[in-house]
Amino acid sequence: MRMLLMCAWLLIAPVMAHAQSQPPKDFVAVDETAPGEQIAAMPLIASAYGFIWVGVLVYVWSIGRRLQKVEGELAELESRKK
Amino acid sequence: MTRTTLYMLALTAGMFAVAPFIINAAPNEATMGLVYKIYFFHMPSAWMFLIAAITSGIASARFLFFKKQSADGWALAAAELAVLFGAFTLVSGPLWARKAWGVWWQWDPRLTSSLVLFLMFVAYLLLRRFGGPGSDKLGAGMAIFSIANVIFVYVSVNYWRTIHPPTSVVPTLPVEMGIPLWFCVTAFTLLFIVLLRLRARLEHQRARVEALFLAEES
Repeated sequence: MRMLLMCAWLLIAPVMAHAQSQPPKDFVAVDETAPGEQIAAMPLIASAYGFIWVGVLVYVWSIGRRLQKVEGELAELESRKK
Repeated sequence: MTRTTLYMLALTAGMFAVAPFIINAAPNEATMGLVYKIYFFHMPSAWMFLIAAITSGIASARFLFFKKQSADGWALAAAELAVLFGAFTLVSGPLWARKAWGVWWQWDPRLTSSLVLFLMFVAYLLLRRFGGPGSDKLGAGMAIFSIANVIFVYVSVNYWRTIHPPTSVVPTLPVEMGIPLWFCVTAFTLLFIVLLRLRARLEHQRARVEALFLAEES
């Protein structure tokens, strides 16, 4: 039940958080951008998102590996104690 | 890994998988064009960077002043996350700046103070790894001191002349840009909580292993 409520909150929160937003002052949305400009921006965007994605995956893998090693040691020590 | 952590990890992975589609649907920005879309991962990374630094500072204060041994594990876990999210911020920022400002880097207050905060936590981790006995207390002092820098990083764009967008950008975003941003902020917050729990668990299990080794020796 708690998980369900949390999932619902996570889906509603972004919309609710923005419900009271003010009219734009700094960032202005447009529909189209010059084709040349898009080509130049793509490698930068791909690099930024790629770096973060790879960083997260490597870090999760690193924690998993370290945790597995420590919990193995812990299980061995506890079994020796008994 | 507890079931809650596993569910949260699955939910975070799902949100990160959906995020590119939501970001792709967002409109372009009038002056920066397409490249501003780096903002949807850059800003949440920067927030988590500051939250990780504050978490580490608070946990260090609990360890140092209230002698809560487990708080040291939370402090170390949060410090490692400060370095991780700091790296995300300091890499994605210059990639955005290269197109938006025409330069990779500017020595302005926001960028410089963010770099200093990142280096403080790199120093913290090096100290904890190679500092020997007493490094936990010295590290705790460093983490508490870093909170002052967090405040400086946050207010720097509003008080000094800088080309970095001010904090007022977030509440004034148009709805079609705000929804992907808050979606990404939620995904990054979940990611931060999951990683913090996992990393702190690792530190607490290490402490248990050390205690069992000591008990075996004596």
